[in-house]
Amino acid sequence: MAYSQPNASQAGTATLGLEPVIVAKDVEKHYDNGFHVLKGVSLTVYKGEVVVLMGPSGSGKSTFIRAFNGLEPYQSGSIEIDGIEISHDKRGIELVRREVGMVFQQFNLFPHLTILKNVTLGPIHLRGLSKDEAEEQAMELLDRVGISHQANKYPGQLSGGQQQRVAIARALAMRPKVMLFDEPTSALDPEMVREVLDVMRNLAESGMTMVCVTHEVGFAREVADRIIFLAEGHLVADTTPDDFFNNPKEERIKKFLSQILH
Amino acid sequence: MDYSFDFSVIAENWPLLLAGAWLTLRMALLAIAFGLIIGIVGSLLRTSGNRILNGIVLAYVEVIRNTPYLIQLFFIFFGLPGLGLKLTAEQAAVLSLAINFGAYSTEIVRAGVESIDKGQVEAGLAIGFSKLAVFRRIVVPPALANVYPALVGQVILAVLFTSVVSQIAAQDLTYTGDFLNSRTFRSFEIYFTIALIYLAIVWIIKGLAYLIELHFFEFAKYRR
Amino acid sequence: MDEFTLSRIFINLLIATKWTLILSLIAFIGGGTMGFVIALMRISPNRWLRSLSWVYVEFFQGTPLLLQLFLAFFGLSVLTGVNLSPLQAASIALTAYTSAFLGEIWRGSINAVPQGQWEAGSAIGFGYFKQLQLIILPQALKLAIAPTVGFLVQVIKGTSLASIIGFTELSRAAALINNVTLQSMLIFGLAGLIYFVICFPLSNWSQRLEKRLSYTS
Repeated sequence: MAYSQPNASQAGTATLGLEPVIVAKDVEKHYDNGFHVLKGVSLTVYKGEVVVLMGPSGSGKSTFIRAFNGLEPYQSGSIEIDGIEISHDKRGIELVRREVGMVFQQFNLFPHLTILKNVTLGPIHLRGLSKDEAEEQAMELLDRVGISHQANKYPGQLSGGQQQRVAIARALAMRPKVMLFDEPTSALDPEMVREVLDVMRNLAESGMTMVCVTHEVGFAREVADRIIFLAEGHLVADTTPDDFFNNPKEERIKKFLSQILH
Repeated sequence: MDYSFDFSVIAENWPLLLAGAWLTLRMALLAIAFGLIIGIVGSLLRTSGNRILNGIVLAYVEVIRNTPYLIQLFFIFFGLPGLGLKLTAEQAAVLSLAINFGAYSTEIVRAGVESIDKGQVEAGLAIGFSKLAVFRRIVVPPALANVYPALVGQVILAVLFTSVVSQIAAQDLTYTGDFLNSRTFRSFEIYFTIALIYLAIVWIIKGLAYLIELHFFEFAKYRR
Repeated sequence: MDEFTLSRIFINLLIATKWTLILSLIAFIGGGTMGFVIALMRISPNRWLRSLSWVYVEFFQGTPLLLQLFLAFFGLSVLTGVNLSPLQAASIALTAYTSAFLGEIWRGSINAVPQGQWEAGSAIGFGYFKQLQLIILPQALKLAIAPTVGFLVQVIKGTSLASIIGFTELSRAAALINNVTLQSMLIFGLAGLIYFVICFPLSNWSQRLEKRLSYTS
């Protein structure tokens, strides 16, 4: 096969390659309309790593990342999170999802709950925290993302950038083992992108394992340990940011870079 | 017009009218509470993606919405005893009103549920909630806010519907009117007063609905 | 008892159905005409017309149809001294009831036409009624059709209450037959079925109209 899977352990710098957190093997997915979106993609993400997924639209990168917490069912292959396979058994998926934080393009804050309650909802009902404990933890997290003074407002009262930072705090409140970011800045006005990327950067520095689908080149260059490039459902490259941006070998990567770097 | 009004029958029978109004309210409240539960469960089944469950609920909704409440009431009150299920007038009244309100509220709540963005569900699932918990905690509250005016309108219609239960001798407000009318023949005074009591109840409901909206659906103001 | 075979019950119900349809038609035509006047009063620049129509709508939307029937049947006759037949009383009450609801539905449709349309009309030089007739109503009509058809179903179901003041339409026929045969489930089930056969196509049509409208707009 032309795009044979580079073994994760030899890929890029894989600086922290000790404990695998996500192990995806030969994931295949067809949409209901028959479109073959993932054609046998494998990827291993190690603890503490920041992996950025890039690729043209329709390459399958969002579908792939959404499969990591069971939001996208796939037909064959396997995905393990922290040693637990994502099965189609309901309970199993729910348990895995608690360990995996997810940040969406459209923030998806719950409009009927205050900022504070958005963050405490999961911990109270799924992690068994008392209201006080959950609120204390939530306030710490909101402080970390710079929104603690708005804790009693509703999502609709906040700007997009603020909402996305709350969404990050909400995901962190479940104390996840890994954080997934699905184009977290794509729906934001340009002036708000930075505040969200700063939060993500801090999170990376704190040692969080992260998988991000993003077009933010600056972030990818500075923060990522590895860049994964997907095209037409294949994993085309798994390499360091330096190698990816400065020394692209594949024609498709060159073309992609010329488009996003203007 | 040489008719002289005489409202003394009202003045003399206030306690009776109040008792009737109280029963009307009690039956309406019970029926609306049960009916809303039916509506939420019904809307869950309607949106579950299961064709058979959806079909059953849809059939229920269409049958109720396309037949008069009077027929539904008679079917239950006179029909069910034939199956060995004997109901008092009040029980039959509450049951039939709840079934009726349940059908309308199923469709109202469903419209609300379908107005909720899919991303909300995904965000709830991503945190680790079960599908049912996502429905209950994340989908239903804003869905209700979206269809709140329609729901309040249906509540008012349900309260007005309760007048029909006087026909199976449940001693509600309208029945009390019939009773007084049969004794005094002051038809206009009695029925007009009773109509105004219903109107007052409707206004109180509208007022309460507004307060509830202020309290529970504050967030709706900030929605885009 | 034996003479009430299933087919005889059914035929008797069908005969009574004719009166359900006639009463519905009376209510719909009478209510439509009055409802149009109510809608115009509700949007009138004249404060008194607006208030008067508001009281009318509040009363007929805020009180039970059954009470309105009682007021028409028992109340009007003691007030005026004229004894109304059940059909007359039911026609009056259902017309008033229907006009209040259709008036509000149509007011909503008229208000849904953007304000700019009135302004554009007056800019051309049309007076109030010309604006209404040539610019606003044609647009409002399109919006009004689906909810109007939908309300027709409410009117048909509403006629069942005329049975309570003694008008023999479908529901009263069913109740009378029930008194004799005591086969309640069968008889009220059949009556329900007949209502369903009349109402369901209308409901369905109304929903389809509504969907089509939301696609095109």
